Amino acid sequence: MKPSIPSQARAIARRDLVRERRRGEVLWITIPFGAIALLLIPLAVGTDTLLLERIGSGLYWVIVMLFGVLVAVRQAAAETTAQRDTLALLGLDPAAGFAGRAGSAAVLLLVFEIITGVVAVVLYDLPLTGIAWLLAILPLVAAGLGMLGAIASGIVAWGRGGTALVPFLVAPLSVPLLLAATSAFEGLRLGESILSWIVLMVVVVLVLAIVGTLTARPLQEIR
Amino acid sequence: MSGSLVTLSGVGVRLGGHTVLRAIDLDVAAGEVIGLFGRNGAGKTTLLRVLASLIRPTTGRAEVLGVDVAGPEAVDVRGRIGYIGHTPGLYPELTLAENLEFAADVGGYDRSAATAALAAVGLAAAGVRRSSASSFGMQRRTEFARELMRAPTLLLLDEPHSSLDRDAVDLVEALVARTVADGGAAVLVSHDRDRVTAAADRTTELEAGTLA
Repeated sequence: MKPSIPSQARAIARRDLVRERRRGEVLWITIPFGAIALLLIPLAVGTDTLLLERIGSGLYWVIVMLFGVLVAVRQAAAETTAQRDTLALLGLDPAAGFAGRAGSAAVLLLVFEIITGVVAVVLYDLPLTGIAWLLAILPLVAAGLGMLGAIASGIVAWGRGGTALVPFLVAPLSVPLLLAATSAFEGLRLGESILSWIVLMVVVVLVLAIVGTLTARPLQEIR
Repeated sequence: MSGSLVTLSGVGVRLGGHTVLRAIDLDVAAGEVIGLFGRNGAGKTTLLRVLASLIRPTTGRAEVLGVDVAGPEAVDVRGRIGYIGHTPGLYPELTLAENLEFAADVGGYDRSAATAALAAVGLAAAGVRRSSASSFGMQRRTEFARELMRAPTLLLLDEPHSSLDRDAVDLVEALVARTVADGGAAVLVSHDRDRVTAAADRTTELEAGTLA
């Protein structure tokens, strides 16, 4: 009996996370480089703590976006043609493939956000006001970037120069998330309402979920 | 033999601006084993991938297990097609057993069936090895185990005998025999003419994208 979409998605996500745990690319390469990038900026602009506090959240999100796109694109290119063929013949529902890949990428990106976030708080002396909102902001950004990565995975599988298209697709589409996340952090620092930015992030995530689900099958079938 | 599992009519395939297959007509009946020969680059693998519904024909019509492989319903019959290509579709970071368990989870098979299939191909003890640390022959055996577990109606094997020891060759023959006994069919692509001719009901030759 063909398994449900959620159970296929769980199998895909579990596979991706086990592969990543054994490769260690995000944990041992991407996260340290992200932390080093955050460390280099104060060395460049000096130890003006007020300036660092003011620009810190924006710099943090730029780093998250840059390295997040890197993680998403790397995940996208991690499957060979033979592996994709096997999945298709196992009867993987394309929507389940999208959900599973997006889920595993989101988990990795959340880990990246948390670890580099701690580094940013220490280096830039970022205030921890409204910390409860982080429970919404961090997963939303991770989910959005994860879905972008999963859509990118379909484009890579499509071939015909799809791999070259991926950075051009993922980077601009991540801008609304970057804008909303940076503005939300700034709003928290200034004690303003950030609800509208949270709503924007939710809308972006929902749009990506719909686009990813609808395009999963055509991207798999165009060969 | 009864009923046609595969009917190709005038199938042509262009890939990357090159014509790989031209006007292929082929019927494969239930209970039949077909041997397919040809030089390197003759289009054998492309033909197998058309039969597996993994490539759409550019021209003509390919009907596999009763559906047009170019249509949306192709997705529904893929679970009944077994395909082992040149390159193993395993994940190098996972163990051989984990690869098979993953296939069971995605395909909706019981994990105990995966364990039994791995034992049937002689990898019960070696299943804990990562795929990347296993020989090509062991990876091939794992793929045979996957198809044993899935029991497909149409079995497509690309160079099934390459890099295999005698026991593994016997496994290939057992897998083909079981598929046929269950009312299915098999298409074997190989350079090993003697072995495939002995196993096949009929053979055919592909030359520069055309069936001889």
